[in-house]
Amino acid sequence: MAARKTTKNPNVSAEEMLGYYRDMLLIRRFEEKAGQLYGMGLIGGFCHLYIGQEAVVVGLEAAAEEGDKRITSYRDHGHMLACGMDAGGVMAELTGREGGYSKGKGGSMHMFSKEKHFYGGHGIVAAQVPLGAGLAFADRYKDNGRVTFTYFGDGAANQGQVYESFNMAALWKLPVIFVIENNQYAMGTAQKRSTSTEEIHKRGEAFGIPGELVDGMNVLAVKEAGEKAVAHCRAGNGPYILEVKTYRYRGHSMSDPAKYRTREEVQKMREERDPIEQVRAMLLTGKHATEDQLKEIDKEIKEIVNASAEFAKESPEPDVSELWTDIYAEAPAA
Amino acid sequence: MARMTMIEAIRDAHAVAMERDSDVVVLGEDVGYFGGVFRCTAGLQKRFGVERCFDTPISELGIVGTAIGMAAYGLKPIAEIQFADYMYPGYDQIVSEAARLRYRSAGEFTCPMVIRMPTGGGIFGAQTHSQSPEALFTHVAGLKTVVPSNPREAKGLLLAAIADPDPVIFLEPKRLYNGPFDGHFDRPSVPWSKHEAGDVEPGYYEVPLGKAAVVREGSAATLITYGTMVHVALAAVAESGTDVEVIDLRTLLPLDLETITASVRKTGRCIVLHEATLTSGYGAEVTALVQRECFYSLEAPVLRVAGWDTPYPHAQEWDYFPGPERVRRAIDKVMEAE
Ligand SMILES: Cc1ncc(C[n+]2csc(CCOP(=O)(O)OP(=O)(O)O)c2C)c(N)n1
Ligand SMILES: [Mg+2]
Repeated sequence: MAARKTTKNPNVSAEEMLGYYRDMLLIRRFEEKAGQLYGMGLIGGFCHLYIGQEAVVVGLEAAAEEGDKRITSYRDHGHMLACGMDAGGVMAELTGREGGYSKGKGGSMHMFSKEKHFYGGHGIVAAQVPLGAGLAFADRYKDNGRVTFTYFGDGAANQGQVYESFNMAALWKLPVIFVIENNQYAMGTAQKRSTSTEEIHKRGEAFGIPGELVDGMNVLAVKEAGEKAVAHCRAGNGPYILEVKTYRYRGHSMSDPAKYRTREEVQKMREERDPIEQVRAMLLTGKHATEDQLKEIDKEIKEIVNASAEFAKESPEPDVSELWTDIYAEAPAA
Repeated sequence: MARMTMIEAIRDAHAVAMERDSDVVVLGEDVGYFGGVFRCTAGLQKRFGVERCFDTPISELGIVGTAIGMAAYGLKPIAEIQFADYMYPGYDQIVSEAARLRYRSAGEFTCPMVIRMPTGGGIFGAQTHSQSPEALFTHVAGLKTVVPSNPREAKGLLLAAIADPDPVIFLEPKRLYNGPFDGHFDRPSVPWSKHEAGDVEPGYYEVPLGKAAVVREGSAATLITYGTMVHVALAAVAESGTDVEVIDLRTLLPLDLETITASVRKTGRCIVLHEATLTSGYGAEVTALVQRECFYSLEAPVLRVAGWDTPYPHAQEWDYFPGPERVRRAIDKVMEAE
């Protein structure tokens, strides 16, 4: 397709828009499928879905270049799909199989890909934040012009190690973008009940780190903010904070009594602010895509997701001997 | 008398303590408005107000540290760490401050607080939601460590912990919250409503710290354990057909050495069982003490059954878990030795 510019956003081609649509839809359908497999008992334990937040990671990936790094929390499936990791490998990790990215050792919260510069999936809230600063340190050390996207939640933003990381990142001028995915809840705790300020992006001010509030339901707004942050970091100006306001539609994990917010609140978000519907509407009203084209994309994604689920069911359970591998470089004598 | 789950019994202990003593306050992530991820504090905020049962930010260091300050001043904080695995950011405060305040101030300041945390695996939580870190606490002078194994005792032990003048780590086996899980993960789970230890007395009572319980009398060998493994041990003993005495330690520190030695001197054989990893685990301490106290009564080496020395796996949870099969093998082995 010719790279026509969309009317509203002169910097984004229709082709790019279709790409964002596709990437966000892939995450959504993947997560819906994961929810189903969980319901069927094929996935056990913890499983944190990203539904509603798709524009955050897709928008920021649009601002990233080859070699840039990303690291995040346990709500990580979307990040992996967006940076190009294989849907089958992710789903098979959820089902705890040999074909999973961590061979069933990590589960939903703990996956990695050196190839895609994805440094995990971390189950301990905020533990990934100093690691992200360390990755950025290594980039600066090698002077390779790369940046690191370090994602964490509004709840994680209250852990002390976040502020130790801010200080070090500012002190050492590290090329790290701290992305606060503010979905307004930390489990059952609304932001206002746990967080002294409403504007988390301003918490960098004391360290001299610029911060910005971004509409995380709008993929183009996220991309634009991401580009600005990336330019800041690549120019050697040190860290940048993006507080991306978003919303999760599903429960925190799979067992969530959802008593801390109203059904209406969730419904309103879905109806009025949905990130995928917004792009879909832009594509159709601007005549950058036809219904048929979008249907074609839907179909293609359905196939990818179904294939990932098949792979995740077929892939064998890990062998008992795997219990003892990857603890040390050399397996201990049994 | 009411039949309760361990969750309800723990909740009841909180309510009784808060009713009796207005200095008791409850803090932790999601404990107030939401009532706790495992529901152990449900309803307390409504009943006692947000001043006495309140949510904290996700900030384990902050939770433990501020609770220590409150305790030093005379309040009686009960802090919940949502999973024992999240305790590490607060560990410095537990070790360097809570455990040492009395000593460092020559007794002028104390730290009468309880830190509750769900412990153990069996819920596919993988490495960051399944650990049993009790040995990290029993290794620290100045802390007491408690692990209940049923609703009735959980309530009494928690009330004793709250009344205790020193900091108490209260580890709640999460796999026991709803029923006496015996390690047979492939069988339907039994609820506490079907178990007599689900009978919880109303009002205030204590189960004293530092006192073990003989939960099954026997003459052939002694099996020493605590928490979830009490039920695994009982199942394994029943299946083995060997007359094994089972001891539930209930409190790891202070340890009830008297009950242990009386039993091992009687049976002459001993197994120590826990879910935590083997090496430098709590079982090593018990084994060393049994060896010292009962050396001339022992007819076989003391055996340990424990989790493997690996991170808690995700997919291979049940290969890791020291279930009834592994315990049975140990019973056979300890009986073999001449
Ligand atoms: C150190 C630590 N404390 C507590 C938890 C339990 N926990 C897991 S997720 C979560 C809420 C985090 O909220 P937020 O950072 O806003 O991320 P979100 O889940 O909304 O994506 C909590 C309390 C944990 N995993 N690690
Ligand atoms: Mg959040």
